[in-house]
Amino acid sequence: MSNKEKHWEKTRGLMWTTLAIWFFFGYVVFMFGESINSASFLGYPLAYYMCAQGSLIAFVVLLFWFANKQEAIDEEFGFAEKEDE
Amino acid sequence: MIKGKFIDNLPKIYGIYTGGFLAFIILMAIAEQMGMDAKTIGVCFVAFTVGIYALIGWLSRTIQVDAYYVAGRQVPTVFNGMATAADWMSGASFVAMAGGIYFGGYTYMAFLVGWTGGYILVSSLLAPYLRKFGCYTVPDFIGTRYGGSLARFCAVVVLVLASFTYVTAQINATGTIASRALGIPFELGVWVGLISILLCSMLGGMRAVTWTQVAQYIVLIVAYLLPVFWMSNKNGFGFFPHLMLGDEVGRIADLEAQFGLIKNSAADIAAAGVPAGLGYISNPHSEVPAGGMAAWKFISLAICMMVGTASLPHILMRYFTTPSVKSARKSVAWSLFFIFLLYSSAPMLATLSKLQLMDPSLATGIIGRSIADVQALEWVQNWSAAQQVFIADFNGDGVLQLNEWFMRGDVVVLATPEVAGLPYVISGLVAAGGMAAAMSTADGLVLAIANALSHDLYFKIIDPKADVAKRLIVARVLLVIIGAAGAYIASMRITSILGAVAWAFDFAMSGLFFPLVLGVWWKRANRAGAIAGMVLGLAAGTAYLIYVGPKFMAQTPWLGIDHLRFGIIGAPVSLIAMVVVSLMTDAPDKATQAMVDEVRIPSGKTILSNK
Repeated sequence: MSNKEKHWEKTRGLMWTTLAIWFFFGYVVFMFGESINSASFLGYPLAYYMCAQGSLIAFVVLLFWFANKQEAIDEEFGFAEKEDE
Repeated sequence: MIKGKFIDNLPKIYGIYTGGFLAFIILMAIAEQMGMDAKTIGVCFVAFTVGIYALIGWLSRTIQVDAYYVAGRQVPTVFNGMATAADWMSGASFVAMAGGIYFGGYTYMAFLVGWTGGYILVSSLLAPYLRKFGCYTVPDFIGTRYGGSLARFCAVVVLVLASFTYVTAQINATGTIASRALGIPFELGVWVGLISILLCSMLGGMRAVTWTQVAQYIVLIVAYLLPVFWMSNKNGFGFFPHLMLGDEVGRIADLEAQFGLIKNSAADIAAAGVPAGLGYISNPHSEVPAGGMAAWKFISLAICMMVGTASLPHILMRYFTTPSVKSARKSVAWSLFFIFLLYSSAPMLATLSKLQLMDPSLATGIIGRSIADVQALEWVQNWSAAQQVFIADFNGDGVLQLNEWFMRGDVVVLATPEVAGLPYVISGLVAAGGMAAAMSTADGLVLAIANALSHDLYFKIIDPKADVAKRLIVARVLLVIIGAAGAYIASMRITSILGAVAWAFDFAMSGLFFPLVLGVWWKRANRAGAIAGMVLGLAAGTAYLIYVGPKFMAQTPWLGIDHLRFGIIGAPVSLIAMVVVSLMTDAPDKATQAMVDEVRIPSGKTILSNK
């Protein structure tokens, strides 16, 4: 397998991991909205909290994590861009 | 302003700008104390901020293609994040979202999840690869990846349809705010809004839009957060509302139980003469509605908004302006962070303003009071005169019940500071923020449409030999025409702000999502498949919209998929059509496959190097 193919395989793996986490916070949590709402977090009902803040925070953190992870993959296979200017 | 130096000095320049804006707010507050009237303050706020944007637009004028289309590809990560956040957060986000949560409660908050989660798709599936591609517009990618004018043309059609649906709503919002702040009729306000939008974008294209959007983000975020924090502190609800309003959310649930959530019949509402577009509280604030159907409606709306986000060209093209692929990825993360600052505050604002009105133990509470007392309040009189609030005493007991208080959603953002007894300077600030939000989105959209028409339709299809000067003139003429068309339609007031905004997402996801994603992630995808995906996806989605749309055939939605969610029908049709047709026809040639391989690695030159 060429270097490019290995790089793409890892990139694809990261993409699926990212989408799995996204799917959990974007949909799975809200499929069970009715049952988790009796729990509370910071005094808010849990399902309410998740759509007001919780999932949003998870998305922001996920994006920074993803960007760093992908950079590491690019560097590992020598496909990182040279520093700008 | 020298270019290189300007980029290096960005933090300083925008630091001074922010300081200047805060100083202006303080100056206005002093003027208010000295007796300046509310109307003059509103005019000052809108005129001052729009004047600054116009100045930035003038300073960023350019005659270079690269600067006009992609801001010279040198916008630093964090600033591009701010510009994207302003590009993203529309008049609807700023003015209508808190109101939507106020009336819809948990159910409505599917929009919050949907309008943030889409950025995961943008970053992991699209933005970095499109940046590597080096295109000027989204149809530019489709046209080059799949080859041929027809594919490019289809992408232009989807882009124009989605963005134009969206832009009329934005111009509508600028018109509403301008007319209120400047005290002019709505129809005139729309044209004032349009001129402000063109001042920001016409001379400098993407470069001008980028730097005005950063300035607009700063105004809108200050205008949104300041009242939220102020009200929370003033009412003693907590120093940091986002972490401390748990008890207040619980209190609202108690009050809902006490007052009862009563649904008025349509006949009662009509008989009382409630003005169109006003709502009343009948949905629980934080309670999750029972049943699988309710959960599906929440999730299906979130799916449409997320997938739509990743297909909207005015958002994707913001990531063409970063210096590198790496910075495009980081920039998506920053964008969502800046969006999060406002979105996480919207439910807090809805909670605060709801409790203010509902809680009889607060001085501002109106529910449970005698209607005569409520009607004597100054803010109630002001907003009643504008037909924004309405009282209907259904049971005739002279006491205001929860289901007897009607209000337009926008009032939550626009009037809450007044209700809380904050100085008028805050209301002026909020008007400036709403104007900034609507203008920045309209700028991005008008530019996306005009660029697609000038670059893809005119330059790539009609007249490939056109020189730079001619192309840029065409681009600017189109900008004016599209803006004017949007303003004309907005002035006819066809649909409510949010209906139209959701449609834009559905159109974009029906036609563009799979052709874009598979263009990067599936080498086997070919021209015939992409065209089939765009045409059939868009056709299926549109047909379904006409079938269920309340203003069209108004048939019963299938599985709860109503007119806000028609992308749920369009996108799968697009996927299936694209895969089936691609597999039935020949694989793309070697050169195209090699191009896809190149797109997948960040290093090296961009695929396109058009000048």
